[in-house]
Amino acid sequence: MAEIVIRNLRKEFGEFTAVQSSSFKVEDGEFFMLLGPSGCGKTTTLRMIAGLELPTSGEIYIGGEEVGQRPASERDIAFVFQMFALYPHMNVRRNISYPLVSQGMPRAQVREKVAEVAKILGIEEILDRPVGGLSGGDRQRVALGRAIVREPKCFLMDEPLGALDAEFREHMSEELRKLHDRMGATTVYVTHDQLEAMQMGDKIVVMNHGVIEQFGTPQDIYDKPASLFVADFIGSPSMNFLRFHGSLEAGATEAVLSHQPLGIPALREPFDGDMVYGVRPEHVRLSDSAGYRGEIVAAEYLGTTQIVTLATPNGEVKARIASDQPARVGETVGLAFNGATATLFDNQTGRAIRSDLNEGVLSHG
Amino acid sequence: MSAYSVTAPSRRQQWIAGVLVALYAVITLLPLLWIFTTGFKSPSDAIAYPPKLAFEPTLEGYVNLFTTQTRQTEAYLAENPPESWYEEMVHAKGMVIAGPSRFGERFLNSVIIGFGSTFLSVFLGTLAAYAFSRYRVPLKDDLLFFILSTRMMPPIAVAIPIFLMFRSLGLSDTHAGMILLYTAVNLSLSVWLLKGFMDEIPREYEEAALIDGYTRFQAFRKVVLPQAATGIAATAIFCLIFAWNEYAFAVLLTSGTAQTAPPFIPTIIGVGGQDWPAVAAGATLFLLPVMVFTILLRKHLLRGITFGAVRK
Repeated sequence: MAEIVIRNLRKEFGEFTAVQSSSFKVEDGEFFMLLGPSGCGKTTTLRMIAGLELPTSGEIYIGGEEVGQRPASERDIAFVFQMFALYPHMNVRRNISYPLVSQGMPRAQVREKVAEVAKILGIEEILDRPVGGLSGGDRQRVALGRAIVREPKCFLMDEPLGALDAEFREHMSEELRKLHDRMGATTVYVTHDQLEAMQMGDKIVVMNHGVIEQFGTPQDIYDKPASLFVADFIGSPSMNFLRFHGSLEAGATEAVLSHQPLGIPALREPFDGDMVYGVRPEHVRLSDSAGYRGEIVAAEYLGTTQIVTLATPNGEVKARIASDQPARVGETVGLAFNGATATLFDNQTGRAIRSDLNEGVLSHG
Repeated sequence: MSAYSVTAPSRRQQWIAGVLVALYAVITLLPLLWIFTTGFKSPSDAIAYPPKLAFEPTLEGYVNLFTTQTRQTEAYLAENPPESWYEEMVHAKGMVIAGPSRFGERFLNSVIIGFGSTFLSVFLGTLAAYAFSRYRVPLKDDLLFFILSTRMMPPIAVAIPIFLMFRSLGLSDTHAGMILLYTAVNLSLSVWLLKGFMDEIPREYEEAALIDGYTRFQAFRKVVLPQAATGIAATAIFCLIFAWNEYAFAVLLTSGTAQTAPPFIPTIIGVGGQDWPAVAAGATLFLLPVMVFTILLRKHLLRGITFGAVRK
């Protein structure tokens, strides 16, 4: 197993720049998520690590070795494709043993290895079946088997659960994470599903338009977003954005929106201009005593909680509150925000303004 | 296979469909049947009017096809009694067998040229199609259009330049020349057809093989080729049918060593009157290789020609 270091990686397809000088580091044994909307460059980044695309510039180190311009076959990595890419003209056993055969491993040893992998994945019964008739989950397992059988330096996975139905995806993601924990293999996993990324990843890179927006643990990315894009992309429902204009000194602990002071973590830099007050729905409470008012326009029942949508002078706000708390549409109520969790953003650039909350995250992000 | 209609066809619809198919089969097969039966008729039965449906079958046509014969005097015939059934058949007409005809050679030429050019077209077409499908070839669209444009006129339109070219290159009446010519004509079809098939094979299969430690060429051979088998088979059939049946160039460019069967068969007509049974026998035998080839590759053909019609 090995660590992966990406330095100033860039990929252009003609006029189009798919990835703009990205740098990040995947520690040995980490489950690493590349997250972003479609077309953000996450798959291109993964394919460059794999050697299926060659970078326009920049370096890729796998286990300390620079492999940026080497073909895939010389990188000793395993790749799990979204549509699994099982060789359709071979049965399960031959699919799994294929990477070993290419290394010229003796037959008896190949059989042994395949049996071992089949046992780990629980697919011993289907080894002699053609891959055509397999269920989605079994195909997934065979694809994983083909990846782990060779004990490569790292696993690269391109939305491997994307082709499964929702119910099964949950199950497979657990299985995948368990497999990873048992093998301790460095894994880079591409997904557009923020829940999947939060649930499975040790670390997440959030990409947009070929640029890395933020890089960190799921908690950091959720609680301390570095940009409006990340704050919006992560979380469901996503963060509330209240737009306002103002001027704040470094050290300020309040922002004034519609003549009401709202708490914020102490700022580390002054800012003057159009800002966005960002707060997660679970940090919004309905409170009659609060001065900031909003009118309830919708309530969405979710079992233990409900999502209440309110119209405020600074835009729409969603609050996640207990479902037994009364919230009648049409009512005007007070809104209390948990200021310690709030983030201010520069409305123009989308960048988060430095504060006591996010200082540590932004400095290396 | 998916059904196209929501409800299963009724018995009556099935019955009508069956009748239509049978009718179509009769219409298309009738000429073939006629050729087949004519091959076993005597010359007089072959030209009888009204046509004879019931006749006494004879192998005279086939004997005439494979032999050359000369007329001999009564005395000579009496001195040299026939030694086999076919000699006897010829004797009865007052003739003797002078030697084998050229049909065997011409047939062999057809096999060499037809299968040779089919192999080359498919081989080169597969490589070109793969490259067009997978690589960023500069001016790809223009090149593909250029390749296709060679089919926009009947090949015979360039007969005279080709004739002159072949003469100065010493390719006239050679196997290599005919193979080259048919390959050139078939290549555009082969590249375009196969590119369609290659495009349909997901790249991930090869990429998986590349990552599994195979070189690009190994991935192509072990993963792409088995996937493209259907397309290759269908393309091979189309190429063979063209090369096998080609008449105009064969007449123009071959006369002796490399003459194929199509220009040869009609020449039988001129030898000793209009020998329709021999012509029919030649045509019947000529049909066989393509028929066998098509039947062998039949399971691929249907998917091959309906390919792309229905999006999966």
